[in-house]
Amino acid sequence: MHHEIEVSGLSFAYPDGHVALRNVSLHITPCEKVALVGPNGAGKSTLILHLNGILNGGSGTVSVCGLEVKKENLARVRAMVGLVFQSPDDQLFSPTVYDDVAYGPIYQGLSAAEVDGRVREALQAVRMSNYARRVSHHLSMGEKKRIAIATVLSMKPEILVLDEPTAGLDPRARRDLIKLLDDLPITMLVSTHDLRMVQELFPRMVIMDEGRIVADGETAVLLKDQALLEAHGLELP
Amino acid sequence: MHIHFLDPFIAGQSAIHRLDPRVKFVLAVAFILTAALTPSGAWPVYVLLFALAMGVIVLSELGVGFVFRRAVLALPFVLAALPVIFTLPGVPLFSLSLGSWGLTATADGVERFVSIALKSWISVQIAIVLSSSTPFPELMVAMRAARVPRLLVSIFGLMWRYLFVLADEAMRLLRARSARSGATGLPGMKVGGSISWRGRVAGGMAGNLFLRAIERSDRIYVAMLSRGYDGEVRDLPLPPLRALHWLVLICGVALLGMLAIFGFLFYG
Repeated sequence: MHHEIEVSGLSFAYPDGHVALRNVSLHITPCEKVALVGPNGAGKSTLILHLNGILNGGSGTVSVCGLEVKKENLARVRAMVGLVFQSPDDQLFSPTVYDDVAYGPIYQGLSAAEVDGRVREALQAVRMSNYARRVSHHLSMGEKKRIAIATVLSMKPEILVLDEPTAGLDPRARRDLIKLLDDLPITMLVSTHDLRMVQELFPRMVIMDEGRIVADGETAVLLKDQALLEAHGLELP
Repeated sequence: MHIHFLDPFIAGQSAIHRLDPRVKFVLAVAFILTAALTPSGAWPVYVLLFALAMGVIVLSELGVGFVFRRAVLALPFVLAALPVIFTLPGVPLFSLSLGSWGLTATADGVERFVSIALKSWISVQIAIVLSSSTPFPELMVAMRAARVPRLLVSIFGLMWRYLFVLADEAMRLLRARSARSGATGLPGMKVGGSISWRGRVAGGMAGNLFLRAIERSDRIYVAMLSRGYDGEVRDLPLPPLRALHWLVLICGVALLGMLAIFGFLFYG
């Protein structure tokens, strides 16, 4: 089957010996929107960084869109998985918004006209069209987050992976972002502490703690299990 | 994810590790000073200095191979001394002609060059043992005790602290770039962009890092001010040096002094 994330038996330890993932298995079907929740240090970001091969070297396998994530496939995998880092300051590395959004398409070797089209489309999608010439450095947090999402949308990824997209946003920016994510018709895996957003946006929820997946199921059902939430440091909104 | 590999300190229990950092610092500086002051061509003194350095390396249990590998750091600095071969007057050895230019190497020049190379190589070994056997905070305490200006010591401290922050920041920028460096897999596409475009991207990243460093330094300064910083660095008093460490310090300085005098008397 195309369009999916398949993680099986993934374990990973950082070079300093800290074990971040213990035998993690996860299966996501096309166009599914899944939330990844759990306390800080549970291994959410480590798992996310495996999906496009930024981290590797542990045991187990990761496949995206039917392609195993390994050295020979890295370039293809990175074009298919759009990874948005938690801090937009990590994501935006170019002088202007336009340069940043154009990076992915230019790297892929698209023609100048195509690149321009992709940038316009991506900025349109995050409703930031008139920001193209702005310096990303001077934007507000909410604006930077949207631009960060545009930088991966311009690559037309098949899977969107976001690390804590609503962290540090004011209520209006958060509302806008939730609406934006709701409108995007692609497979999505979102790591977050924002359970209200999970309730609203994600039919399926995966809970991680201490490097393991401790629960995986329907959001509506899991959010009713008070004991489970408490055991893993989560609070019902 | 953090960068740790920059830190040269390697934990250990050797005699050198346990020596008071103040003694180590003063002796290392004295050693480097002695090496620098030894006249060129004083080969026996070099051999003695080298033997001393080897003794310290063996005592430190860091491994001779490890120190030698790190000592390769001295190579680029040795290159700076290369012109000496041709600029010092003396007995001509050989000539090179570059177009209308003629360069003549002299025996005195070669001797001076080899001396400088040896002296810097031996000095770097001692500096490596010092930085590998002493945690940086203790090294700063030692500098304070040796009356290095306090402002300079606090600048070293801040530099050390934020070097890692900056390296982490650079690593995250690089990670973001590789996360978006993808290929569609369609035929006929030249992946990677042109060299000049890649250069511009890298330049933009460097500029970004610079801006972030400046902004962060502003924020840190404001945070320091809000905790009462007034430009004056204040420190807690240091504990007294133990008798054994005094003995090591005095013997070490005396030995190095004798080597320096020996070099001056016979080769100066």
